[in-house]
Amino acid sequence: MLKRLTLPGGMRIREEFNAWLFVLPTALGLLIFQLFPVLFSLYVSFTNWNLITSPKWLGFQNYRDLFTIDPFFVSTLRNTVLYAVGTVSFGLFFAMLVALLLNQQLKGKEFFRAVFFLPVILPTASAALAWTWMYDANAGIINSFLKLLGLAPIPWLVNTNYALWALIIEAIWASLGFNTVIFLAGLQNISKDYYEAASIDGANAWQKFVNITLPLLSPTTFFVLVTSIINAVQIFDLPFIMTGGGPANATQTIVMYIYSNAFRLQRMGLASAVGYMVFIIILGLTYLNFKFEKKWVFYEEAV
Amino acid sequence: MIVARSRVVRFSKQALNYALLVVLAFIVLFPILWLVSSAFKTPVQQYEWPPRFLPSPIYLGNFASLFKVMPMPVYLTNTLVIAVFSVIGMCISSSLAAFAIARMNFRGRNVLFAMLMMTLMIPYAITMIPSFFIFTKLKWIDTFLPLIVPNFFGGAFMIFLLRQAYRSIPQDMMDAAQLDGASYFKIYWLIFIPLTIPIMVTVALLTFLWSWNDLLGPLIYLNDPQLYTVQRGLSQLTGRSGTGIDRRGIIMAGSLLGMLPMLVIYLFGQRYFIQGLTRSGSKG
Repeated sequence: MLKRLTLPGGMRIREEFNAWLFVLPTALGLLIFQLFPVLFSLYVSFTNWNLITSPKWLGFQNYRDLFTIDPFFVSTLRNTVLYAVGTVSFGLFFAMLVALLLNQQLKGKEFFRAVFFLPVILPTASAALAWTWMYDANAGIINSFLKLLGLAPIPWLVNTNYALWALIIEAIWASLGFNTVIFLAGLQNISKDYYEAASIDGANAWQKFVNITLPLLSPTTFFVLVTSIINAVQIFDLPFIMTGGGPANATQTIVMYIYSNAFRLQRMGLASAVGYMVFIIILGLTYLNFKFEKKWVFYEEAV
Repeated sequence: MIVARSRVVRFSKQALNYALLVVLAFIVLFPILWLVSSAFKTPVQQYEWPPRFLPSPIYLGNFASLFKVMPMPVYLTNTLVIAVFSVIGMCISSSLAAFAIARMNFRGRNVLFAMLMMTLMIPYAITMIPSFFIFTKLKWIDTFLPLIVPNFFGGAFMIFLLRQAYRSIPQDMMDAAQLDGASYFKIYWLIFIPLTIPIMVTVALLTFLWSWNDLLGPLIYLNDPQLYTVQRGLSQLTGRSGTGIDRRGIIMAGSLLGMLPMLVIYLFGQRYFIQGLTRSGSKG
């Protein structure tokens, strides 16, 4: 801590009182918009509730129903996991590639960084509309391009095998810049000394990448991995605009499922149960990754 | 000889690097360029083969048709009202809380900050139903209030950003002001706020961004089409709903208008967006 003047008792009370006035809105917000919802939706998830009549206690029935009776939940879960795996794995690969390309002494580095980051700040709904037209099966520019290369056109958004991949590609485009900039910051933290020492020992570029860059970048990789998974699990706007969950529910995601159950069908209990599962998935992923982190994350200070 | 060869190798490596970057940058920019181009094409040109990149003549009919389909000026005004008030609320509340957490001693400070950081893990998926319940009880459905008022209760990420900045201001300045009898509010207002304008700009821009780009919130709280935000309005335009030859152009014109303010702000303030959004990451 910084050195402080010792304050007499009265002033300390004044400081305390003032401080609580300063944080009052935030503390209230924490109670009303975070703590209350977390507890309340836990309670609701054990009930049958349409928001109007009083909730009816069901115990674990909502959770059981999701996996047994509900015809859509398991496929929704599978779509979301597939989407997350696709977006995160390919997304991380490309982001690391771009970051490595940018992590050189180049002219126009700032320009490239700004270009790659641009999709991050665009509204998903607006961007998704543009992509919908590019994916158009008959006249979309992507299929036109495939035809030009002599390849068969792909029924992107209208075929159950491709629709999720269409979303994954758009999502990688939208998040590439964010992950790239974080990787770039991580790369810049790696001391040049390691590379110089390796050069003296005669290591080639690939050896340097595998033995220096990858291990020393792993804390960053870990962070990007966790945030990417957490974002991917909560995808909503993209399928809502591009496919509406179709075709044949192939792109129905967890948060879309919550939205339609809660606000279209008034099934608050069921929706809350799904919401809680998202919460538990996020907590679990964070925990697993932190545990995993100890095994493979290499911190420079520990040397 | 060896020196010359390594220079050639380095040069060709650099050239390859550039070539790859240019190709990737073009791929990333392409959807936006294509969108802009499509927004100004006539209905016939949309389906032309081979596709043309530069529409000629520049056709503005898509925008006229869009304005006939939906009241874009109303949506733009609505979104602007929501975003501006959200920014005001977020800047005031978050900076006050961040100042106290960064520079004042009070019981519960560390607990409060730890809890705020933990809320960053709480998904909207579980807070949206209880929030909807609260706003229903308050009879705030079909008003802008559910989208604005929560910002007046601060935001954990913004507090995190501001706290970092406030911690870097020397204690001497604070001590000197206190010896002169300045109140905590005066210190906050006359020393901390003016010295950390860039980070406040970041907070304002990020709040504006999230408010402008939000789709789920307006979907839940706004049913009256006269109250729609831009993104909420545009969600009515999806490929499944429209018909007619000029549909593509209308959708592209809408898409362009929906992202235009962000494009313009990004042109001038991209540094703030990039630094602000990735701040959490570089801290490891």
